[in-house]
Amino acid sequence: MQNLGIRVLFMGNNFARLLGGLWITIRISLIAVALSIVFGILLGMLMTVKNPITKALTKIYLEFIRIMPQLVLLFLVFFGLTKSFGINLSGEVSAVIVFTLWGTAEMGDLVRGALISIPKHQYESGAAIGLTKWQVYCYIIIPQILARLVPLAINLTTRMIKTTSLVALIGVVEVLKVAQQIIEANRYTVPDSALWIYGTIFFLYFFACWPISLVAKRLEKKWKTA
Amino acid sequence: MDTEFIAEYIPLYVEASRLTISIGLIGIVLSLIVGLLIAFIQYFKVPVLRQIAAVYIELSRNTPLLVQLFFLYFGLPKAGISISSEGCAIIGLCFLGGSYMAEAFRSGIESVGKGQEESALALGFQRSQVVRYVILPQALSVSIPALCANMNFLVKETSVFSVVALADLMYVAKDLIGLYYKTDEALLMLVISYLIILLPISILAALLERRLRYAEFGN
Repeated sequence: MQNLGIRVLFMGNNFARLLGGLWITIRISLIAVALSIVFGILLGMLMTVKNPITKALTKIYLEFIRIMPQLVLLFLVFFGLTKSFGINLSGEVSAVIVFTLWGTAEMGDLVRGALISIPKHQYESGAAIGLTKWQVYCYIIIPQILARLVPLAINLTTRMIKTTSLVALIGVVEVLKVAQQIIEANRYTVPDSALWIYGTIFFLYFFACWPISLVAKRLEKKWKTA
Repeated sequence: MDTEFIAEYIPLYVEASRLTISIGLIGIVLSLIVGLLIAFIQYFKVPVLRQIAAVYIELSRNTPLLVQLFFLYFGLPKAGISISSEGCAIIGLCFLGGSYMAEAFRSGIESVGKGQEESALALGFQRSQVVRYVILPQALSVSIPALCANMNFLVKETSVFSVVALADLMYVAKDLIGLYYKTDEALLMLVISYLIILLPISILAALLERRLRYAEFGN
């Protein structure tokens, strides 16, 4: 046991530091997800408007954001904004901006898909049995949209958590950076700590995302039949 | 904008794009193979292998590629397993992509009705023939949109390979920013390079999807 690299985890508060690092990426992704849901719903509604200009604009936005690797977007905001406009953003703020932009695009597309998936006769039948427009939306349309949307939005959260690991590359001190610090600090006493630390991070991410994707899967199955 | 600078350093980006494309391609082909294998392991309910496949899918889908690469590149050498940068990149991409491809194939295979398989067996097809002539052609046409989306996703994921010291597009861009402080030019070329690589894939995917929609209705 003395010679195992895993003991580095229990030295000092190393494990707590790793968890703290993980929390930073999770916090970024939670903020980004919350913002993306709000903006995504707006964008999705905008995309169903039959105006050629809004259609073209939203399409370009969507395609550009989705086609670019998220890391490129991070570089654009983090390095590009600073150089071109003199706006100095910290790594975390630029990460929140980028992941909100990306999440909004993804969420917008999901909302649009859910909106157009409601067949027209749902609105018409609602009107035919004497519901007001407001009632049709509250009791018929929105519950159906939510049932389709919620599992997908939860899935987006896991994707967000996984993608926010990229913020290590623009200098945010998150779990991977903390890991590097710990490994460097113990380079002489525990030379093989890298294996254990990175292995631990692998499972930390796994146990952060796995329960969420299980919930999403269960909800998807449950509400499909409804 | 310094056009001279751009002209001078375009070759670097071309070189890096070539690397991105070749590793992406190898990774995609390997993950298609892995995905198909796993889909069939699950379809035929092979004991033991099936449980391993399920664990693998959950592990690979719920961890980021960046962390997988760190483990492969910085962690494993401490256990005496040293893999080159390219090796890590390909293994990482294949590990990540395999599960996504497997899910795509699985949903395709599941969409083929049980009756199809039973009818084929009743006609005297062997199991391998059933797979080859009845299940695969129908399953593939259903899973192609998902497969295309995964390919796009995998090529995008190659952008993290700079962390395992591969001179890919991100690496070149970061280098140029660091060396010459030509941020705008370097980033512009980066965006254009990725557009050149990724746009054709997504356009092709959209076209393919439209064609397949005809197939669904039997035209």
